[in-house]
Order: sequence, then structure tokens, then C-alpha cells
Amino acid sequence: MKNKVMKRKTRETLIAWSFMSVWVLGFLIFTMIPIFTSLYYSLSDVVLSGEGIIVTFTGFDNYAQVFSSAEGFNFLRSVSDFAIEILFKVPIITVFAIIIAVLLNQKIKARGFFRAIYFLPVIIASGPVISQLINQGAATIPQIEELGFINLINETFNEGLARPIANIFSELIVILWFSGVQILLFIAALQKIDKATYEAAMIDGAGVWESFWKITIPSLSSMVLVSVVFTIINLATFSENEAIQHIKNNMFALETGFGFSSAIAWLYFIVLAIILAVFFLIFKGFSKDRGRK
Amino acid sequence: MKKINKMKIRHFFMGKSFNDGFIGKLSIYLLLIIIGFVYIYPLLKMFAYSLKDLEDLVNPTVQWIPTKVYLGNYKISFIVLNYGMTLIFSLLVTLVPAVLQTITTSLIGYALAKFKVRGRTIIFAIILLTYLLPVQVYMIPRYVLFDQLGILETAWAIILPALFGQGLSSAIFILIFYQFFRMQPKALDESAEIDGANAFQTFIKIGVPLAGPAYLTAFLFSFVWYWNETYVSSLFIGSDLYTLQLKLFNFTSQFNMAQGISEQALNEAIRYSATILIILPVLLVYVVMQKWFVEGIDRTGITG
Repeated sequence: MKNKVMKRKTRETLIAWSFMSVWVLGFLIFTMIPIFTSLYYSLSDVVLSGEGIIVTFTGFDNYAQVFSSAEGFNFLRSVSDFAIEILFKVPIITVFAIIIAVLLNQKIKARGFFRAIYFLPVIIASGPVISQLINQGAATIPQIEELGFINLINETFNEGLARPIANIFSELIVILWFSGVQILLFIAALQKIDKATYEAAMIDGAGVWESFWKITIPSLSSMVLVSVVFTIINLATFSENEAIQHIKNNMFALETGFGFSSAIAWLYFIVLAIILAVFFLIFKGFSKDRGRK
Repeated sequence: MKKINKMKIRHFFMGKSFNDGFIGKLSIYLLLIIIGFVYIYPLLKMFAYSLKDLEDLVNPTVQWIPTKVYLGNYKISFIVLNYGMTLIFSLLVTLVPAVLQTITTSLIGYALAKFKVRGRTIIFAIILLTYLLPVQVYMIPRYVLFDQLGILETAWAIILPALFGQGLSSAIFILIFYQFFRMQPKALDESAEIDGANAFQTFIKIGVPLAGPAYLTAFLFSFVWYWNETYVSSLFIGSDLYTLQLKLFNFTSQFNMAQGISEQALNEAIRYSATILIILPVLLVYVVMQKWFVEGIDRTGITG
């Protein structure tokens, strides 16, 4: 009997791994080995020659070059711009997506029509198309510049902060094009809320405003984290992002090459990990706060 | 009598609660229309522009509606983009990876949901990590690998990672399938087993048919994301084989290369007609499958 149970367990393990085998194999070949190779490249001088690639270990030379060369400086500046911008963009996108999701979830006529419009950004989200939208001037609110708003920002903040903040205002509408999937996520979460909860709250005398803060928002909170992570990754890997352009452009640049590119790719990942950690901590602190109340 | 009327009027405007009264409803509609305009406006403007001929373009009185429907811009874009061939190639590096990625991620999602084997948590951790790790970190060695395999600048460079579940946002799809398969009642699998089906038969006969919405959602998002992807594909597919998106990205140089076809200089109208041509395929898919984008997300239980 015991033998049979054991056998069943081994069989299950075998079956499970055979289902996973394609992915595991792919992960080893196309992801894991490349990750370690990339780490090694970042610590090496990589030269492409007729016979192939010549990799010479040089320690932290590439990383030192990032902090000492003009190219490295450009990269660092675009990364810090990106980091500052994301601190503003993530809350804007999240709040906007929640508002739209709540509105779209109301009992309204032509809901299908409105949803069709608001999910357009899910499908029209490619770099080239978005930059066409920007080109066309449909991306800015003219009043912001006319009213001297940008000047005000430039005067108030020091240069390092003013540029990204001014960017955010001039791109306010483009930012909204990055909220398609997040709206979807929040609508899915809203539909999970039992309608009886609202009815019960109404009988107890809660108004719409109270129901919104006491029922809707708490039940969205787990989705907020999902949405925030998605937003950060999505913005970080968006093809028009300047920081990742540097990584690609340096691959074939004469002075830098694969080694330097790998090094800045890893630095970029470290910054990204820090940003994710910051948002995670903010989120954790926020939900703890709620718990105490 | 008068009092009841007053109440009625009050209820009509204010509703029993905010969101079913007239004012509440009106403000919801107004907000939705105004904000929705942000998305519709550039598309409409692009479309209107793309139909303008040179006269209309310079004529300041023609703002929105062109004096006549002029398709010349589309003709030029069609040639510059080499639309027929490029569309076929774009579909090849969009549809094929989307299908393959959906199948592979469903396999591992199924295994993670149904079999509680050792190492499961590690696999989960790895999957999440691959989502958080940007592709930039490992794309250079991948580039070298593809170069050595001789598949650089071919469709294989996009298809192969997708086949092995290492494509675009694979992690998200694995999680979708995991959530979905986990919700299927275990009793069904057990009864299939009693009937003598092996694990693969159970998967094909019971798992897959019941997971229709998950497959559709995964496929749709895969399709759209692959269609819109330009960063990695520009590196792996390169300059010989262009996708539609890449041609749009390099539209100016593409236009200059194809010169002689039109005596016209590149203008906004041509550019916008090209943009419209490029979003057209996904737009069509969207119109047909619209409700699945929402219902799919809902039914796959990402929220759970």
C-alpha cells in the first residue's frame, strides 16, 4: 500500500515536470544562461571581431566608466529623470484608472460604447504610434504653456527636478494613454464586489461618498499593488524610454560596446528594483494604516 | 399632494442616492465624454488629416472635414510601407508567437495549478522574477546566441523564445492560466482518472475545453503586445525584415528610399495615413473581440 502511494507521488512529479519541461528548458537557454552571461559581459571588455566575440575580464571597469564618461553621464541623467517622472506618473495613472473604472462600472446607457473607447489604449500602445500622437500635438494641454506654468516650474525647482516635472505636465495626456490595462484590472476588481454590501451600507444610512471610501476603495486595495507594478514595468520597458534607448545604442557604439551596455542594463535594473521596493513599502505602510483604523 | 410632487422632482434630479439621480447621471456622462475625448480626438484628427489632399492641407478653412475624400495619401503609404508583404511578415511575428506562447504558458500554468510537487515555490519565484527583470538585462547575450544559431534577422528570433515560454510578458500569462486552472473542480480530473484517462488526456479533454476564456484572453493580449512591440524586434529582426511598426518608426527614411513613387514631399497627411494603416489590424481585432478583453480579465480570476 505504502509502495503504491509513493509510486503515485513519483508519477505525479514526473507528469508535472513534463508539463513544465518546455518552459524550464526555455528558461535555462533563453533567460538564465543569458542573465549570467550578461553579468559576465558587464565585468568584461567585449570585442566583436571576424572570428567571433573576444571577452576579456576587466572587473568593474565598465561600471567605473559609467560614472566617469560623457556617455555614462547621459545615461545616468536619463535614468534619474525616469525615476523622478515615475514617482509622479504612477500615482497619476493609478488614481485616473480607479476613477475611470468606477465611472465605467456605473449603471449607464451605452456602457459598451464607453468601454470600447476607454480600452483603446490597451491596443494602441506602441512606441511609434504614441510618438505620432505626440507629434500631432494632441498630447499637450496648450493652456499649460500659455499660462506660463512651465516657467513657474522652472523657477520653483532646481534644474534636476524641474525638467522631469515639466515633462510630466507637458505629457499629461500621453500619460493617460498608459492606463488602459490598469482600467481593465480595476473594473474586474469592481465587478467582484457583492452588490448586497452596498445595499446593506445604504440601509445603515451610508451615502455614496461613504460607500465609496469604506467599501469600494478597500476592495480595490489588492489590485492597486498589481496595477502599480504593472505600470512601473510597462513604463520602464516602453520603447521610447530614453534610458533603455541608451542600452541599445551603446551595444554597437565604437567606444562602448556589449560590455558597457550590459553594465548600464544592470544598473538600470538596480534602479528599477529600488523604485519597486519604494512603492512596495509605501503601499505596505498605507494598508497597515488602514488596518489600524 | 404638492409635497409628493416636490419629492418626485427631487428624486428625479438628485436620485435616491447620487448615482441614480439626474444630476449624478449627467455628471457621470459628462465626465466620461470629456475624458473619452482625449482618446478619440487624436484618432479622429489623424483620420481626418489622412483624407486631405494638398489643397485641403494648406487651406486654413478646412479644419476637420476635407472638401473631398482623397485616398492618395493611403496609396503612397501603401507603397512606402510595402503594406501587403510587411503585413504578412508582421502577422507572422505576431500571430505565431502569440499562439505558441499561449500554449506553452498554459502547460506550465496547468502543472503549477494541479500538481503540488516540490520546487513549485521556486518556479513561482522565478516566474515573478522574470517579469520584474527587464529584457534589456539579458537581451545582449540572447542577441549573441541568436547570432551563433544563425537566426538573427529571421522570424525565428521572435518565435523561438515564445515557443519556449520566454516571450513577451510570459509571466503574466502563466499566472492567468494558473489562476484559472486552480479554480477548476478537482472532482472532474478524478473522475477522468477513474475512467482511465492519463494526465495528458485529462488536460486535453477536460482542462483545455473548460479554460476557453483563459486561452482567449492570453491569446488576445499576446497578440496585441507582440503587435505593438518594437524595442526587441528592432534589435533581433533588424533592418532587412521590417514589421509595420518598425516601418512607421523609420517612416521618414522609408519614404525617402521609396522616392520617385510620389512627386509629393513627405507631409503629415501621409504620415497619419500610415499610422492609421498600422493600427487598423488591431483595431479590427478589437472591434470583433472587444468584450473579451474585459470579460476575459474578469473570468480568468486575476482579481482572485
